[in-house]
Amino acid sequence: MSSRTDLRATLTDPLVRQNPVTLQILGICSALAVTTSVATALTMSVSLTVVLTLSAAAISLIRRHIPDAIRLIVQIVIVASMVIVIDQVLQAFLGEISRALSIYVSLITTNCLVLGRTEAYARHHAPLPAAVDAFGNGLGYSLVLLVVGALRELLGRGALFGHSVLPTVDEGGWFTPLGLMLLAPSAFFLLGGLVWAIRSLRPEQSEAPEHTPPTRTAEAAE
Amino acid sequence: MTALWTLFLTAAFVDNMPLTLFLGLCTFLALSRTPGSALGLGIAMTAVLGVTVPLNHVIYHTLLAPGAWGWAGLPEIDLSYLALIAFIGVIAATVQLLEMVMDRFFPAIHAAFGVFLPLLTVQCAILAGSLFMVDRAYTLAESAVFGLGSGLGFAVAVVLLGAIRTRLAYADLPAGLRGLGIAFVLTGLMSLGFASFAQMASAP
Repeated sequence: MSSRTDLRATLTDPLVRQNPVTLQILGICSALAVTTSVATALTMSVSLTVVLTLSAAAISLIRRHIPDAIRLIVQIVIVASMVIVIDQVLQAFLGEISRALSIYVSLITTNCLVLGRTEAYARHHAPLPAAVDAFGNGLGYSLVLLVVGALRELLGRGALFGHSVLPTVDEGGWFTPLGLMLLAPSAFFLLGGLVWAIRSLRPEQSEAPEHTPPTRTAEAAE
Repeated sequence: MTALWTLFLTAAFVDNMPLTLFLGLCTFLALSRTPGSALGLGIAMTAVLGVTVPLNHVIYHTLLAPGAWGWAGLPEIDLSYLALIAFIGVIAATVQLLEMVMDRFFPAIHAAFGVFLPLLTVQCAILAGSLFMVDRAYTLAESAVFGLGSGLGFAVAVVLLGAIRTRLAYADLPAGLRGLGIAFVLTGLMSLGFASFAQMASAP
């Protein structure tokens, strides 16, 4: 049976060591699209963590009753129902942020992170570890989102959560906002840099070269 | 006609799914290691988007849209909150059907591209195509053109990235940047390049 330490490892592993975004290549789409400000990044993180935890627990509860052949459809329908609930809640109570996130909340349905974890973990484990694993992965995802969101808002607008931190030139300060930070390419650069930083600290994560150049003959090398 | 052509080009290049809207990035990065697999993914994407967006348009406007049940004397029924589940179901069914048709009639193509098809059920770009169609209130013709254009744009981008990544054999990268890291940086550079299409579109 899983002991307390196992549960803790399940919870903390996905934070950096097994981070869903930087190592498992899961859930990248939304990680980049909603990070132009910390507020949207935070809303998205919370929504995803809630959906992920609830659906992992639900799928784990009925895991012995789902026929193997149609399990994807069953899982997607469960996830989609959760997403509809979250989407309606956001529209009701956080109208402005809900509009800023536009369709990306609905897209949690097809976020590969959700389906990846339910398929890889929740399907084979009891509800409690499944929920803990899902919650840990949600936190790992949130961590990446908040770091990227904070960097982009700070460098792009000189603000955090909409409050001015670095006084910009327009407001009589010294900081010239980097407009590029609010555009699509910078998100890729930041995430690439983040992956590089994590893998420099944890070399065991780095990948083997994907392609090797054709070998030269001995005289050509001379 | 001109409007449709503009929509096609906009969907393919200006609003490029992976590079400017960040959609479908998981498969975009995972399957672009070689141009061959990238081409397979691109073709499958174009086919599925081209079929599902107009199909979902029909379903949304005959069954789910506010007032769609007016003919049955129930004009106040609004089922649009069910759109998400309906779209996902249609996409899953279309992908399954496409796979079976290809397996039966074009086994060679199925052997080459078939492995990518099941992945597309949970591809955010595909679902986003249908959601954008509702959001932007496209007509049936527009949604067909939009689906094909987005699929083509995805295919172009993923094949380009696959070709660039093959050339990385000649680059001596730092260990931490290999694989995913450099793929992100490359995608960022391509995204900068595609941003110039947006400039061209907004120019008079």
